Amino acid sequence: MLKLAQFEPWLLFNFENLEVIGNFLVQFFPPNHDEGFLWIVAGATIETLAIATAGVALAILIAVPLGLIISHSLSISRIGPGSDYLFSKLIRFSARFLMLVLRGIPEIVWALLLVRVFGLGPTAGVLAIAITYSGMLSKVYSEILESGNTLPSRALLVSGSGRIAAFLYGLLPSTAQELASYTIYRWECAIRASVVTGFVGAGGLGQLMDQSMKMLNGGEVSTILIVFFLLVLLADHLSLLIRKQLT
Amino acid sequence: MSLLKQLKKQQQFCIKCLATIFIITAFIAWSFIHLGLNPFNIFSSDTSSNIIAYVGRFFSPDLSMPFLMKIGNGIFETLSISALATLLAAIISLGLALPNAGRFGPYAKSLTRFICNFLRSVPELVWATIMVLAVGLGPFAGTLALTLHTAGVLGRLFGETLENHSPLANRALIHSGSGKIAAFLYGTFPGIYPQLLSYTLYRWEMNIRMATILGFVGAGGLGQILFYELSLLREPKASTVIIAMLALVVVVDTISNKLRVAQLHSMG
Repeated sequence: MLKLAQFEPWLLFNFENLEVIGNFLVQFFPPNHDEGFLWIVAGATIETLAIATAGVALAILIAVPLGLIISHSLSISRIGPGSDYLFSKLIRFSARFLMLVLRGIPEIVWALLLVRVFGLGPTAGVLAIAITYSGMLSKVYSEILESGNTLPSRALLVSGSGRIAAFLYGLLPSTAQELASYTIYRWECAIRASVVTGFVGAGGLGQLMDQSMKMLNGGEVSTILIVFFLLVLLADHLSLLIRKQLT
Repeated sequence: MSLLKQLKKQQQFCIKCLATIFIITAFIAWSFIHLGLNPFNIFSSDTSSNIIAYVGRFFSPDLSMPFLMKIGNGIFETLSISALATLLAAIISLGLALPNAGRFGPYAKSLTRFICNFLRSVPELVWATIMVLAVGLGPFAGTLALTLHTAGVLGRLFGETLENHSPLANRALIHSGSGKIAAFLYGTFPGIYPQLLSYTLYRWEMNIRMATILGFVGAGGLGQILFYELSLLREPKASTVIIAMLALVVVVDTISNKLRVAQLHSMG
């Protein structure tokens, strides 16, 4: 395993390598604070926020129907002795498979693929986040719906109501808070993720950081890193605030 | 009277919650406008034919033997990067945990806390880019990057575990005359060991996932193969790599779920 990972600690102390990394790290201080560059960073930060928000908004649109299809607690076929539910089983199975593919492929891979279709820029980032997060959100939505009190919705279903009505009147009132708070938590994660997807050219702070890294411009990198920490901190507090607001 | 109050309270709550919903909706709308994205127009006719043609090229994965061997190699590389990094990070974190739990005074505590927070908040991909500069392209850079990030996470988690653990056994040993090190090894360590192990395994799972994509910046593993093949516009090969990634994630997910359920059952 050591060999496979090319574990060669002495490379760390190779003189040439030390010189390259040393020069790079020395530039970290002081962080670049040109006014022009700071404006670029501010623009990229706002873009990152917008990418995360738009991505999660699209993800919700996909995740709600998927979650409703997958959730066992809204399954009519599970209630009574049914005759033939092969069709609905097939639908549920394919929805689960779709969810797995959406969620199983990391967002940066989606971003890399989408950049080739939509070109460099935020569109690929928004879609990459929408795809991955719709998979995650639908999984958790269906789990929340199953773990809540399912008796009201079951009663509604048994007495003949449709699935959507059963969801709206039987499940949503008791689970709405949890669903909303999880979604906001995911928005916070999406901000971090949109920085990562930027590394393959999908816009925002990440793309800027990647460019500065490639030019070995340490001052710029350290400015961007500081802004990134502040952004994450801000998102953290904002999401806490909104979640408190909802309770 | 109290009913009226309650009603008023409810009304107030609803205004607040309406305002929140309004702000959130406005924020979402602003995001789309700012990015110049029309959600109903992303898949316009000319891009959609483009997309269909592009996606079509992924539907014939390259299953030739030599390439599959290469992917198998990539999977093992990914696994060993993640395993080695997790192991190294766990060892480093054991060293960080003691000062982090305040065993060496408040200064050492805030210093290690700062180090952990710093290591943790730099994303793995940024560490990987820096490490590629430090040791060159290849899996070793990925191992170092994951080690640094994971050491930050585990250092904090280990420290918290140590802090929350009851000091009674440790104190009893010290009072009855044992040395500090022996008291830690026999009094504290056995109690926190399972928790540390479960944190480490959990991080390993996350690191496997992370190691598959670190290759995008040249840090080895499956990601590096994918990036290479996509850069050469060889979609069939890229699609095989993506399938392998998906399979790896699913297998790891299933195993860890099974283990977690088993652990829950064994704990009663």
